[in-house]
Amino acid sequence: MAAVAGWLRRAWENDLAWSFRRSPVTILAAFLTLVCVGSALFAPWVAPHNPFDSATLNLSDGFTPPAWSAKGTAKYLLGTDDQGRDLLSTIMYGARISLGVGLAAVLFSATLGVSLGLLSGYLGGRLDAFIMRVADIQLSFPAILIALLIDGMTRVALPREVHDQIAIYVLVLAIGVSGWVQYARTVRGSTLVEKNKEYVQAARVIGRHPLAIMLRHVLPNVTGPVLVIATIHIATAIITEATLSFLGVGVPPTQPSLGTLVRIGNDFLISGEWWITVFPGLALIVLVLSVNLLGDWLRDALNPKLR
Amino acid sequence: MSSTPLLEVKDLRVEFPTRRGTLVAVDGVSFSIAPGEVLGVVGESGAGKSLTGMAIIGLLEPPGRIAAGEIRLEGERIDHLPGNQMRKIRGRRIGAIFQDPLTSLNPLYTVGDQLVETILTHLDVSRNEARSRALKLLAEVGIPAPEARIGHYPHQFSGGMRQRVVIALALCAEPRLIVADEPTTALDVSIQAQIIALLKRLARDHGTAVMLITHDMGVIAETADRVAVMYAGRLAELGPVREVIHQPRHPYTAGLMGSIPKIGAVKRHSRLVQIDGAMPRLNAIPPGCAFNPRCPKRFGRCIVERPEPLPVGNALASCWLYSDERR
Amino acid sequence: MNVDNHPLVRLIDVGRDFDVSRPWLNRVVEGAPRQLLRAVDGVSFEVRQGETLALVGESGCGKSTVARLIVGLYRLSRGRIEFDSMDLAAPGTDAAALRRRMQMIFQDPYASLNPRWRVRDIVAEPIRVLGLAASPQAERDRVAQLLRQVGLSPDDGEKYPHEFSGGQRQRISIARALSGNPEFLVCDEPTSALDVSVQAQILNLMSELQERLGLTYLFISHNLAVVSHIADRVGVMYLGRVVELAEAERLFAAPRHPYTRMLMDAIPDLQMTGKARTPVAGEVPNPLDPPAGCAFNPRCPHANERCRVERPRLLGEGTAAVACHAVEERRLSA
Repeated sequence: MAAVAGWLRRAWENDLAWSFRRSPVTILAAFLTLVCVGSALFAPWVAPHNPFDSATLNLSDGFTPPAWSAKGTAKYLLGTDDQGRDLLSTIMYGARISLGVGLAAVLFSATLGVSLGLLSGYLGGRLDAFIMRVADIQLSFPAILIALLIDGMTRVALPREVHDQIAIYVLVLAIGVSGWVQYARTVRGSTLVEKNKEYVQAARVIGRHPLAIMLRHVLPNVTGPVLVIATIHIATAIITEATLSFLGVGVPPTQPSLGTLVRIGNDFLISGEWWITVFPGLALIVLVLSVNLLGDWLRDALNPKLR
Repeated sequence: MSSTPLLEVKDLRVEFPTRRGTLVAVDGVSFSIAPGEVLGVVGESGAGKSLTGMAIIGLLEPPGRIAAGEIRLEGERIDHLPGNQMRKIRGRRIGAIFQDPLTSLNPLYTVGDQLVETILTHLDVSRNEARSRALKLLAEVGIPAPEARIGHYPHQFSGGMRQRVVIALALCAEPRLIVADEPTTALDVSIQAQIIALLKRLARDHGTAVMLITHDMGVIAETADRVAVMYAGRLAELGPVREVIHQPRHPYTAGLMGSIPKIGAVKRHSRLVQIDGAMPRLNAIPPGCAFNPRCPKRFGRCIVERPEPLPVGNALASCWLYSDERR
Repeated sequence: MNVDNHPLVRLIDVGRDFDVSRPWLNRVVEGAPRQLLRAVDGVSFEVRQGETLALVGESGCGKSTVARLIVGLYRLSRGRIEFDSMDLAAPGTDAAALRRRMQMIFQDPYASLNPRWRVRDIVAEPIRVLGLAASPQAERDRVAQLLRQVGLSPDDGEKYPHEFSGGQRQRISIARALSGNPEFLVCDEPTSALDVSVQAQILNLMSELQERLGLTYLFISHNLAVVSHIADRVGVMYLGRVVELAEAERLFAAPRHPYTRMLMDAIPDLQMTGKARTPVAGEVPNPLDPPAGCAFNPRCPHANERCRVERPRLLGEGTAAVACHAVEERRLSA
């Protein structure tokens, strides 16, 4: 018990924690991120209604404005959409999809990028040249286009029902593939630096296999910047998914993400039911902004030169 | 030698405020340099010798600051001058030579441009006059074919040649004092010898005083007139070079001299004198004499009271062994 | 200190080139030639069991490259290296098994330990890789023993490298090198980055360990004074070649090669006896374009026509060999 308390105290005193405590913006951003993630994660328990259970839906409740306006009710805090679904609940479930796809895509991207960067930097030679050329070629296309391309190709290749079932995975793959390059480049640069350090040479003299050296010696020393890139990349991934869903080529309508909600609500903007698109949009902004700010703080806090 | 010292440092204290408390990197150091004299400041890493030099040139990186003490150049105080006034002094009256010749020169400008710019900044001469002075300086520091090389970029010179250019740059505004921080450490031994000889000759010819900061006692032995030995931010010993090297008074200096390997030593494979332990970190300096935990000659007073520089022979040693009651 | 005459390591006409040509595309477009840097060129010497052979020279002379060729960090371009009379590069040899009997200590104490590993893992790595410990407890005991042997405490195993000073880190490096029970230790400037008083501690430690464990050292350094305290024999290198190789006492008392003499003269004089010095001329030439004949001839006060054309061979035995025409022709006063 005393050991845990001691560890907690040291963690609090830690440079990172101290820098966190000093920045009110970061604390706010962290709090908001926690709220978004929490409500998304625990949506089935926290959301006031289940928007996907058609039994509970009441079409006549459709188009209810938010609770604080004239015709609103406390039952539907942020109002309802055209089908009578509670907006607050749909936003929570939508955030689930958005966050889920975003995190999965970043995980995929980071794994792919870090592996390729490590191999490229450590082994060098033709493998390095090849991987970097592929990276260069991919960078000449906007990331969204790459994602669209992959997504579009699978839609054409697979029959509709199959595609709908695996749409989320295809989306994760598409966004993931569109983002690996920045990880690869950063890790490759760091690997090139670490490779020449004497502790790597010592491991070679001891006789370790290059793969062991890459994974156990080099990798722990090159992951610093990766964390920062990943945090900011989550925001980008969420926006990319939102964009694709907004364009109608993202998640299937049965599992709407925040982007899908914005698209659906867009149709009703002109007719005056503004809340159906504005609140999901706001939620998206708050989520992305908080994650971005958190990433900014992390980058500055981990930068030894700024300390 | 004239009676007014060129540089006088009194009770200099350099501090670094950190969130865990204030670190004292230089603690009450006093010395002076006469015009034309070479003072060596020697010590191991962490002793505070580079920071002393930086404080004198006015290039302490914040949050480091001069917390107490005085620095006087030709009688005037320069330790707390505002930036623009310090800039005028830096270069014109104090020149600087740093360790790495590669980063001391701007890679984007030719050597001639950098020399001429410095001369024009500090001296009131025409551009042509500045250029001819630059050529003369290059020849003086031993750059062959200066007419041709004045138009070359730093990367076109070898390490030793680059350091010569840096020396020329330090001298071009005709300063009264040069602060040289490890000027030969990054160079090969044979080049070191050339640079040391050059510095000595130039100091003599131009009447410039030199504050030579280094960890290498051998360089001090060859170049300096007097030497100051620093330990954990404090002055351990100060005196004429022959005396300090052949008759070290402070036990740290004695240990240091013993641990330096010398060719032609008593026996091959003889064990080097070693001082056990290590120099204390800035946040863990013991009370009393900073060297006392490692000192073979310590006694009661050393553990509680910090010694001040006491006269012994022609030197000063911060050691209670030389207090009146122990003589 | 036993010095057995059996050569543990033999280098025969060893050479290593580095390709420093500009990238292929640039070469094609600009018509630039391939450029080969001969870092090591025709080096031959032996290291006898139990002795300390020092290799000295200034930067760029190839001594560090020789060290790395021996432990296998670089591949040979020419020549061969034998360990315990077996050619390391021959197809039938189990080079890996032979290489396990040698280890290396590096110069930079701040880069030679993985900053993310605990000290006990760093020291235990060779034990684990070579399977030398019968059980985790045996491994822990061995690590504790090694740490004590180099003057640290077994508790230091739990710490990370950044918690130690330069001298202590070098001790950890030595402990790591010893944990694989090597016979031969290649030490690449192990004290050059350390303060003088710390250097003394490390040199004393290395001497003790050599006596106690019967180790053989190849000690690379640019500092002749350090070498004079620890070496039995000394090899002087210049621009990739060995110019003199002699017993330490003989080399320091009476250096023969003009470059060795110049190096000795260049050492700052702590005794300040004010002895006259031969004027020191010039700088090390560009290794990409070495002088023809003897590499030292442009800076040598005794160079003649033959020196500018013919490369001198290392003549003499391992206790007193010189590569110099002036010495061979007896033109040099002793």
